Amino acid sequence: MSHYLYYPGCSMESSAAAYRESLETVLGPLGIRLEEIDDWNCCGATEYVGISLLPAYALIARNLALAARQADGTRTLVAACSACYLNLAKADHYLQESRTLAANVNSALGAGGLAYRAGSVTVRHLLEVIITDVGLDAVRAAVSRPLSGLRVAPYLGCMVPRPDPDHRWTDHERPRELDLLLAALGAEVVDYPLKTECCGGHMTQISPAIGFELIRRLIAEATRLGADLMVTVCPMCQMNVDAFQGETNRHFGTHYRMPILFYTQLMGLAFGREAREVGIGRELVDARPALARIGLPVPSTAAEETPETKAARIEAAHRRRQALPMPPMPGDAREEGPR
Amino acid sequence: MIVQEVVPGRGRTGNARFLEEVSAATAGVSRLEMCIQCGCCGGSCPSAAEMDHTPRRLFALIRAGMRDEVLASNTPWMCVSCYHCVVRCPQGVHVVDVMYTLKSMAAHQRAYRDATAPDFSRTFVRNVEAYGRSFELGLTALHYLKHFRLRLPGMAPMGIGMMTRGRLGLRPRRIEGSDQLAAILRRAKGLEDGS
Repeated sequence: MSHYLYYPGCSMESSAAAYRESLETVLGPLGIRLEEIDDWNCCGATEYVGISLLPAYALIARNLALAARQADGTRTLVAACSACYLNLAKADHYLQESRTLAANVNSALGAGGLAYRAGSVTVRHLLEVIITDVGLDAVRAAVSRPLSGLRVAPYLGCMVPRPDPDHRWTDHERPRELDLLLAALGAEVVDYPLKTECCGGHMTQISPAIGFELIRRLIAEATRLGADLMVTVCPMCQMNVDAFQGETNRHFGTHYRMPILFYTQLMGLAFGREAREVGIGRELVDARPALARIGLPVPSTAAEETPETKAARIEAAHRRRQALPMPPMPGDAREEGPR
Repeated sequence: MIVQEVVPGRGRTGNARFLEEVSAATAGVSRLEMCIQCGCCGGSCPSAAEMDHTPRRLFALIRAGMRDEVLASNTPWMCVSCYHCVVRCPQGVHVVDVMYTLKSMAAHQRAYRDATAPDFSRTFVRNVEAYGRSFELGLTALHYLKHFRLRLPGMAPMGIGMMTRGRLGLRPRRIEGSDQLAAILRRAKGLEDGS
């Protein structure tokens, strides 16, 4: 068991609950033990630093200080959320770069009886830990339900591969880590050119037209490439592409239905866990029709039907009624599948 | 759009002072002085079309000492922190961090023209200062009531969907050390105002 300190971040407890649930199911098979930082606070996302710089860095540094104090046997702090990962990594980087910032931040921390020496913890992202420390061979060995036949578009978003202050990723704009992981799970990985383009971030809240256009590009391209679903590492990206897909469709008069899941959810499924255990069903754009490709049960509620699948279902039923009684042939069942 | 002319009498010192001020207020080393006006930043920017000045032009305005025009610009508030410009800049300018600095300066002096983005950040910050954690429901509800009332009915299916799927906490979570955090933030604000 490899032991790491762990910073979950606020969204893991609410909008990205599926990330938390699925993450918990993959740690055992990967031989990872995560020790949560006691009483961690919000990282400030992209908002606090736009209001005042020093308090924003002090806010992040409280987490670094708590992590350093708790460090016992490991000094690697793992974050799973992109914004949290970047804030923690960037703060540590700038505290090493600027003595003035480090002095001021420590003076602020002192008011709470804390201190932090820049560089005392190493901040890393969970995906990079899985690739580098666990390794793809170990991932392959844990797979009991290969994701064969599932076409996935890997989508990292911005803040994991960029600006990459500690040079941990294979490329700033076309990193390969997520593709390699998904391929190791047996999935068919689409070469998705928008894999590190912006999901709109907080624009859905501030300037919706920009946000919707950025979401539209992502789902339109994934649809064009024939992806069954998108796979992300980021709670914000998941939220924008999934929860705002309905509003985006209304805005443009489009009818996209592109599900987006966390990579840990697909890992959990590939490691043999059931859909419910890895938080499938929490997404607003239902991923279960796509997951029927790897043999998971499909919900048959009429509400999930699109006009096309409904027409196909009625036609198939009609054909069955008109046909002579024949023994079932392989391939017959496919007519009632999702497509 | 240039609404303020460079007054020759102000001289180079005044102009350079604003550039230095922005650069010094940025975390780490901003390298803003290194900008060669190539425009790679704006060309890489997903929201450049909505900006009143492209980042390149904004940096020229900073260099020209045109403080009021810079701080009133919507450019920093349209930045989505995607860092495309940062990794593409041939001079290594920390564009996103400079945008954060300009936001905080504009927020401090209430110099922005449109309050939608600054209000969103402020509501976020207020929640974090009160609880130590972000509170998505409170943040979104307050923000929409203030700035997007008309979008609220259309948002209902999403809100209900998030709630029924257990993705929206109804109450904020408070950290145990909220007094400790408050003391840290109070001193940080004091240091920032004093410097």
